[in-house]
This record gives sequence, C-alpha cells and structure tokens, in this order.
Amino acid sequence: MRIGVYICHCGGNISDVVDVKKVVESVREQDGVGFVRDVEHMCSEEGQKYIIDDVKEQNLDHIVVASCSPLFHEKTFMKAVEKAGLNAYNFEMANIREQCSWCHFSKGAATLKAIDLVNMAIAKVRLDSPLERNKLPIGRKVLVIGGGITGIQASLDLADSGFEVFLVEKEPAIGGKMAKLSKTFPTEDCATCIIGPKLADVAEHPNIHLFAYSEIEDITGYLGNFEVTVKKKPRYVDMEKCVACGICADKCPVKVPDEFNEGLSMRKAIYIQNPVAVPRKYLIDEKNCKRLLQGGKICGICEKLCTQGAVNFDEKPEYLKFRVDTIITATGYELFDAEKKKVYGYGKYTNVLTALQLERIIATGSSGPPLRPIGKRIAFIQCVGSRDEQIGRENCSRICCMYATKLAQLLKRLDSSRDIYIFYTDLRAYGKGFEEYYKRAQNAGIKFIRGRVAELREEPLTRKLILTSEDTLSRKIIKSEFDQVILSTGIVPAVSSEKIADILKLARSADGFLQEAHPKFRPVDTLVDGIFIAGCAQGPKDIPDSVAQGSASASRAIRLMNKGIFEVEPIVAFVNEDLCDGCELCINNCPIKAISILDDKAKINEIICKGCGMCIASCPKDALDLRYYTNKQLEKQIEAALKTKEKGDIRILIFADNTCTYRLADNIGTARLSYPTETRIIRVPSGSRITPKLMLYAFKAGADGIFIGECDSRASPFTGSVEKIRENVNRVKGILEQEGISGERVRFSELLASLLTDFYKNVTEIVKLIKKDLEPIPDEKREKLWEIAQKELFLEKVSDKDD
Amino acid sequence: MTEKFLITDKNEKLIEKINEISGEVVTLCEQCGTCSGSCPVVEDMDITPSNMMRLAELGDEEVLETKTIWVCASCFTCTTRCPRGIDVAKVGEALRQIKLRKAVDRMDIKDIPEDERNILPQLAIVAAFRKFTG
Repeated sequence: MRIGVYICHCGGNISDVVDVKKVVESVREQDGVGFVRDVEHMCSEEGQKYIIDDVKEQNLDHIVVASCSPLFHEKTFMKAVEKAGLNAYNFEMANIREQCSWCHFSKGAATLKAIDLVNMAIAKVRLDSPLERNKLPIGRKVLVIGGGITGIQASLDLADSGFEVFLVEKEPAIGGKMAKLSKTFPTEDCATCIIGPKLADVAEHPNIHLFAYSEIEDITGYLGNFEVTVKKKPRYVDMEKCVACGICADKCPVKVPDEFNEGLSMRKAIYIQNPVAVPRKYLIDEKNCKRLLQGGKICGICEKLCTQGAVNFDEKPEYLKFRVDTIITATGYELFDAEKKKVYGYGKYTNVLTALQLERIIATGSSGPPLRPIGKRIAFIQCVGSRDEQIGRENCSRICCMYATKLAQLLKRLDSSRDIYIFYTDLRAYGKGFEEYYKRAQNAGIKFIRGRVAELREEPLTRKLILTSEDTLSRKIIKSEFDQVILSTGIVPAVSSEKIADILKLARSADGFLQEAHPKFRPVDTLVDGIFIAGCAQGPKDIPDSVAQGSASASRAIRLMNKGIFEVEPIVAFVNEDLCDGCELCINNCPIKAISILDDKAKINEIICKGCGMCIASCPKDALDLRYYTNKQLEKQIEAALKTKEKGDIRILIFADNTCTYRLADNIGTARLSYPTETRIIRVPSGSRITPKLMLYAFKAGADGIFIGECDSRASPFTGSVEKIRENVNRVKGILEQEGISGERVRFSELLASLLTDFYKNVTEIVKLIKKDLEPIPDEKREKLWEIAQKELFLEKVSDKDD
Repeated sequence: MTEKFLITDKNEKLIEKINEISGEVVTLCEQCGTCSGSCPVVEDMDITPSNMMRLAELGDEEVLETKTIWVCASCFTCTTRCPRGIDVAKVGEALRQIKLRKAVDRMDIKDIPEDERNILPQLAIVAAFRKFTG
C-alpha cells in the first residue's frame, strides 16, 4: 500500500494557525504513507494535477487530502482521484480548515488536532476498498395517482415528453375539484371552459392510460421497479358500448343526492358524473341501484332500454397489475366538513351553504332554474376549518380569502342590489393580481368586516339567519340578519391521501399533509427515491400553484428516467454471510424495509438502502456492516483520534451525522466561533450508525466522553434514526452507570444545521463536566466495559428470541 | 383627543406579569373577535373582551382600569371558542389579580344590605369575595 497525503495551506487560511511543516513530518512516519506533499491551494487546477501526476510517478494507490470540509470539495477531489485511475472511494479528506484552523485559535492545540485529523483519515483510508456506483436500467413508465388538475398537468407533461403514463382516479371522471368551480380567481376565467380541453387531451393522448373509477390496491418495489395493483371498480356499464345517450338515466326510478352538485340536486342511480365528464360514460351507483342491492329480476329498466346493450349487472371488480419506474402522488384534498363547526349550524340551518355549494349554484345558473334561490343579504364566514385550534386545524388554507372575494363579486354582478359582507380574520391577498382583485371587490361595494363570526342562529319562521360578530376594527358588536350565510370551508388532507401515504411509506407533516423532502429545494420530492408529490396533497394551494407543482413533479420524474440508467450510491449496508444466522432481528430495525431473509441469511436491497447504518446495532453476531464506514474503519479512526492523548488530557469524540451536525460544525468554523480543542469529530451518515459496541470501544480506546449529533427528526433524511440513537445511548449510559461511571459522559442531541449555539452548548457542557466534575476513568474499568461490549450486549435480545 | 401611546419597558413588564399569573401567552391573540361576539355580558362592558386582549398584548396599563375585567362572569365561552386556544377568561382573572394584589378590595360585606345577605346563597357570596377581594 502506498498512500499519498496532501496538506493544503489554503492561502494561509490553514497555515496561519496550523504548523503545516509539523503535520507533514508527523504524517511521513505513518504506516503505508508513501508520499506527502504540502500545497498552497489544493483545490486549484495545479493541486488537482498533483494528484493525477503523483499517482503515476509515485505509484500511489490511496489518497488523503487534508484541506477544507469534504462538504465543500469532496466531489472535486474524488473526480481528480478517478482521473488518476484510482477508485473514487479509495480517498479520504481531513477537515483541517472549518473544523480546525477556523475554530481553534491556539496554534499548538490546532496543530495537534490537525495531526490527529490527518492520521484519522489515513487510518480510515487504509481500510477503504474500491466501491462502484451500481448502474441500473430504468424505463419510461410513470404512475400518476389522482386525476385532479395537478395530476392532469403532470400526466400531460410526461405524456408529451414521450413517457408512458398510467393515470388513476378514484372518481368516475377526472377533473377533480376544479371541474366543479364556477370561475377562477382573480381572472374570472370560466373553470369548465379552461379545464375542458385538458380533460379531452388526457382522454385522447396515446401515451396516457386512464383508469377512472379505480383505486390503488397496492404498490411494492422501488425506483425503476414499482409493482402496482389497481382495482377497477365495476361501473356495470360497458365502457366500450356506452354512447352516453342518457336514455337509461331518464327512466331510472331511483333518485339520490348528486355529489357533483354538492347534494343540491338529485341524480339517478345510473348516471354520468357531469355533462362534460371524461370519460364520457355512464355508470351505476351500486349503493343505490335497486337491482344491485336486491338482486333477482327487480327493475332492470336501464338494461331493457339501452340500445347498445351496455348495461351489465354481473360486472365484477377487476384487478390490474403493471410495472412503473416512478410515481407521482397528486391525491389532492378534501374540504373541511362544515358540520364539525357546530356553532354555524351547517346541515341544520337551511340557508347555511358551503362555498363549493355556491360555486355549483352559480356554475349551473345559466342553464335552467337555480339549484337554490339566493337572496339579497349574503354573509361569508371565513376560516371555517382553518386557523382554528378548537377543531384541530391550525393551518391557513390559502384559497378561501380569494374564492370568497370572487363569489361575492359574481353574486353582486348577478344582482347589484345585493348586500354582501365578508367576515374575515385576516385577509390574505398574496398572489399575483390578488390585491388588485380585492380592491376591485371593495370598489364594487362588497363590505369586508374584520371579525370571526361568533354565533349564528336561525329564525325558525323565516329561516333567516342572525349573525353575531365583533367588527374588531371599530370594536362594535354586529348583530345582523342575512338571507344566506356562506361558509368558506378550508382545505384538509384527503383520507385517500393517508391511504396512499401508508402504501408508499411517505412521511406526513404535523398538519397531516404529505411531507416534501426539503421545504425549499426539493418541494415535490419525497424521501423515497422515485416517488414525488404535487398539488394539495402536499398542502393548500390555488390552481396555478397546483399546476406548477404538477409540471415540477413531471420534470423531476423525467430527470430520473431520461438517461435510461440511474446510479445507486455505493454506501449501503452489507451482510457478512459467514456470521449471519438468519435470526431476523435486523428486519424491523430498518424503517424502509430494505432487509429481507433469503436462504436463512439477511439480504440487503442495495437499491432501497439509504446507508444510514441504523440496522447494525441490532445484529447480535456483528454480521451487519456499512460500506465506507465499516466497524473496523471506525475503530481505527477512534484509535487514531486518541493516539496523541497524554496523561491528564481529555478527549471527547463527536460522531456527527453528515446532514446536520457535520455541517453545523463546519458552519461554526465559517463563523469563526470557537469550541474546546479536546474534541475530535468523526463523520458518519447518521448517528444511528454508532452502535453501543462502538461507543464502548471508544471508552476502551481512551475516550472520556462521546457526543452524538443527529438531524432534528423533522429534518433527518432517515426516519426513526433519532429514536434508535436514543435507545443506543441509553443502553450505554446504563452500562456506564452499572460500572460506576457517570452516564453523563455520553450525550445525544437533535440538531439543525442553522442553530450554531446548540452545537456549541452541547460540546462545551460535556467538556466542562468531564474536565471539572468527573474523575478520570481507570484503565481496568475501560477494559471491563469492552468485556461487557463483547459478551453481554445481546444477552436479553437473544434470550427473548429463544422464548 | 388622541394622546400618543408611549411604549417602554413598563409595557414589557406588564405583559410578562399577565403571562406569569395567567399561564397564557397573551401575544398569541390574533384579534379575531370571537370572544367579543360570544360574550353574554359584553353589553355591560366598557371595552370588548378582544379589546381587553389587545391592550394586554400591548402591555397597556389602561386595561387594569377597565370595567370589563370586573364584569366578566367567567362563563368561559370565550375560552372554549378561541381559535388560538387562549384561555381568555384566565387572562381576565390575571388582570383582576394584578389589581387585587395591591390590596384594593372591590367589595365589603357591609355593602350588602342585611336582608339580602340572609337570602343570598352562601356560594354566591363566597364567589363574589373570591372574585372581588385580594
């Protein structure tokens, strides 16, 4: 083995504090080091060229670069290493800038730490083995769940780009909530007129397979290989034969409230969802059809009348299976159930309507008599089911202010003698053209009253409504009579979204909506590779935002599929089959279910595995390990970190997760803040990688304390890691206490990369505690801990299993 | 006449005190007015409950001199309806406590005529003393 080591001066950023010469001298003596060079700017073209030339001339096989943070230049150097003909993973970095020269101001201590950091990298690189990014083929098929405007946009973008789309919609027709609207704010385009062409495009597109009136039964697999099972619910009308003439519905004797008109009108048991439905085919509602409920030869009028012979009472659900490469979840939203806000009497008072009911009244107004007569005095109540802790919905629904402003104007335009009041808490006109639209409403004489309506009572005789609210601006208590009161109901997560989230193992945020991978930079990605979210499934949105997300999710999916291959990170867990006895303890310790048992041995699915290392601690046989962060490598790093410790010194090991804590430590350096020099940071993908055994090994090797940092559970890319670390840490605390050593020597904290003081506080506290309050750990106790680690860690678990 | 309202450290101190005694965070109030519209005794108040909350949010001492805090019947309608989950009645109680802790009692047993004293339920008298005396 011939390791090449490069020490960067970073134009004084490092060399002003760290004595680079000393570091070079110390490194030369290390086993396996064949060549050392110090360079002014390692990241420059010249610096990278050194690596390429030296590998040839000096016959090097492994490379260590001691310079800035790997988060900054790891990729740069990995490329250089590859250009030099070595494997990119036979390379390590020592972070002697952000985590040394920038945060420690004493030259002596900083130089000592720099020497340790470089030696730690050398210790690790010695055990690095070449890793290959697995290249797998990926096809061009996408499943889009949800045929609302978001799903439609995503489907059309994908289909137009030449991808094959499977669009699944649970309702009999596509179009979602938008198809029900009268006009759209703030431009007042007719909703049906602008969505109509899109519906037709979906129906006719050669690249779209539309499954209306169908539900997702199950999805298994992973990026590039999802197995989808779709249940096609029986329509009892043959889609091929039905010509949508409507004779059947004319004569059907069963009348039920029409969902499309929000219960304001009646439809038949055989029906078409709406006059412009896509697909334009009738279906029978099995919950209400007499024949389907009672069987035998009852009724059957539709069957007799249908000239096409399309009615088929014997139709059964059909289960279809197909394979897709990526999935877009556009499962939309539901409106808050207004009956739950009892004080407004919806469902009890005839003249209390929801805004969507009013949409239907206005939308159908031009064709025939109105679904409901609308009077002269109208009040809108805002924030029904939004911003209200009493009903458990804290979020703002974003669309209600503007749709109420729109409906009020439409009503006023239909009859200018109407008095229209909007009772609001805060008026949010944040979008393009919204403020101007609000002004237009005020100009039209719509009255905006700033107050949340406290009470609503119905006059029993006249059915008029008495409304009580404070006008918080004038501090007057308003008590007034209205003909109709419209509830501006908010957006809540759809029940069907929850079901899909469970099937796809997607995270949900505290408000119940689906959680994006990153709130700023990955708004339509999820933490599951190949699965995207868009539209109101992710949170309340208006139409343009939903459409934008539909397009965004399509483009993110295309990005994965377009190359025809995708690369899988090689840093994944692996099984040492000689040690594995197939005990299955690891299986439930992987939150994404990447482990299975095959022929009595654990097997890792390398495509799913995210490489957090959480499973390792669960293996009683030490058969699990993580590539690039193996147990042996971490042990060697720990030893190297403690090598220069002298009698009377203390050393705290910090295991920093790559996503938050390591970055946080970098940020402290960048901010030129300082923390105690007794610390040595070891970078890991997740704190859950550090097993109790490794912690005890650290104590054996001479560590005086351990701090594990992990992303705050909301920001962590690894579900369940925080709980796992807590479990591991408590385990070790227990063992320490049992041996008469303070459990405070092990510390764990959830961190966010932005909160510099949290890191600083944790680190200084543990250093101070160990330095001032605790006696050094005697050597024989250190050995005892290691004995326990080797023998006793799994006693309970293994015996549990035997029972 | 509108005097200018000077915001100083004193305001901050009063807010802290109200929060401490009530156990609530008055600055959470979003001024929606639900409490005022729900209050069954608002007509006997000089300012509305939401106005009381606003003055408390500002740490305005004027709130301690209002009739409102004494008229409040502690029926808790405001508390059960507040969309921000604030216990508005508790805030009212805290405001009364601030006054009462200065040993300014608002009632004396002698003020109740003898004959009425005999008819009134004891519970009502105890409750009144609990509310109006420090």
